[in-house]
Amino acid sequence: MTPEDAAAPGDQSARPAVSDRELARLVREETARIVGTLAASTGSLDVAEEATAEAIEEALRQWRRQGVPPRPGGWLMQAARHNAVDRLRREARYRAKLALLDSETVDPSDTAADADERLPLLFGCCHPAIAPESQLALTLRAVLGVTTAQIARATLEPEATVGQRISRAKRKMADAGIPLRIPEPDKRAERLDIVLAVISVMYDSAHLMAGAGAEADRDLADDAIWLAGVVARALPGEAEAAGLQALLLFHRAREGARAVDGEFVLLADQDRGRWDVSLITQARGELDRAARLRAPGRWQLHAAIAACHADASSLADTDWLQMLVLYDMLLGYDPSPIVRLNRAVVLDQVAGPVPALAEVDAVRGRLENYRLWHAVRARLLRELGREDEAMAADLRALELTANDAERRLIGARLAR
Amino acid sequence: MKYVIMFTSTPSLAEDVTATTQTDLYERIYRWFGENADSIADSGAELQPVSTATTVRHGADGPVVTDGPFSEAKEIIGGFSVLDVPDLDAAIAIVKTWPSLELPGVAVEIRPMVTNYDQFEQ
Repeated sequence: MTPEDAAAPGDQSARPAVSDRELARLVREETARIVGTLAASTGSLDVAEEATAEAIEEALRQWRRQGVPPRPGGWLMQAARHNAVDRLRREARYRAKLALLDSETVDPSDTAADADERLPLLFGCCHPAIAPESQLALTLRAVLGVTTAQIARATLEPEATVGQRISRAKRKMADAGIPLRIPEPDKRAERLDIVLAVISVMYDSAHLMAGAGAEADRDLADDAIWLAGVVARALPGEAEAAGLQALLLFHRAREGARAVDGEFVLLADQDRGRWDVSLITQARGELDRAARLRAPGRWQLHAAIAACHADASSLADTDWLQMLVLYDMLLGYDPSPIVRLNRAVVLDQVAGPVPALAEVDAVRGRLENYRLWHAVRARLLRELGREDEAMAADLRALELTANDAERRLIGARLAR
Repeated sequence: MKYVIMFTSTPSLAEDVTATTQTDLYERIYRWFGENADSIADSGAELQPVSTATTVRHGADGPVVTDGPFSEAKEIIGGFSVLDVPDLDAAIAIVKTWPSLELPGVAVEIRPMVTNYDQFEQ
């Protein structure tokens, strides 16, 4: 189809140019609702998702050139529905669904902006019967409307690999009967934790981009914070959802000091004046709200640890003991080697590099190919005056990182 | 949707299960089939131990018959049943209550059955 068929084009010449950021915002606001609506009426997430992805690519092409139409949600829905009908016509086994789709007139821009209707799709994409790396890719595409090429840039994988991952996951959903549904309250905690973990990885992926820095057209950190907000608002009784949102807001607040002119700045050297005070206030508010729900969990503890940094006016002023206590509690919920590695960094501040290094070495087997394990180890070895070993560890960290800014940071340390 | 559920165990991990535990488990398994009768399309079969297995395998000069199971995996299939439930979540919810899952090495595999043969006709 041509996008011009999908909606009245209006006076396109008068529309102002639109930024990539604004386009990303529009796409992410509308995608999940459109995919969800079409999945319900066609009975196939695959058809719904492909049709929507095609519509998004058409929209991005056209809107960049001609500006955004007055009702972008309606435009996308109509284009996606058109693509879905095309797709169903081509496949004989879907013919029965076709009549159903033709008879419906659902326009998502006319429905209330109810966050809940996006959650069934999100829980379906983050189903434990789908492999973890596919949960992330599928969520990015079906829930947020990120293109396969954009996902490939974020996860440092070839586009073909990402494409295959997504189609395999969709086939499994259809063939194995994975429902698009919010789990019942008594089964929700463990399913919600998967959703929150996927959003957290999404936030972290934003910093893994290969190449120099943030030139990508989709800011996954922004997407992750937005999605965490959608979940927290839709499930106001879930303390962990508020916990994750607080955590990501604390991280985001420190972003301006952490990356300056495309270079990473270590915590010790960060200009705390660049931290975003209003985001920190917002994060504290979310964490307080979570605490009042009296259902502790790992995301709230992660957020409480991040709050310790935000509360300190300098590195020396940081309450490391409090952080260590929080890490010990966190280990009760999440005994992962990454948590132990991060705890070792705090242990160094409280008890010195000897016990910290012992703790780092204890998780060697599981983190040997993780760049930050080597970077933390290098720092502790240097504190202990073991320069040669420190350099070897930094060199290994350098080999393992694909991000240019991280490479420059480690390179600078090696050059000293 | 119909799902075949395959009950597997790891004999090397189940050696120290006492006779009392075994009897107790059988009672609860019996009850499990009763409680889930509405969702069980076919109670399937419990299999004799893997030592009784015979395998007929492809050979270049025609099928070859050997003693033993088809794979040397540590896990063995002990039986199967067929569930008929609305979706995978419903199947998972039932399977999670399978009494033997409290024993180490026990696993239940859930596989959707092919019920629509259209895909082979195109």
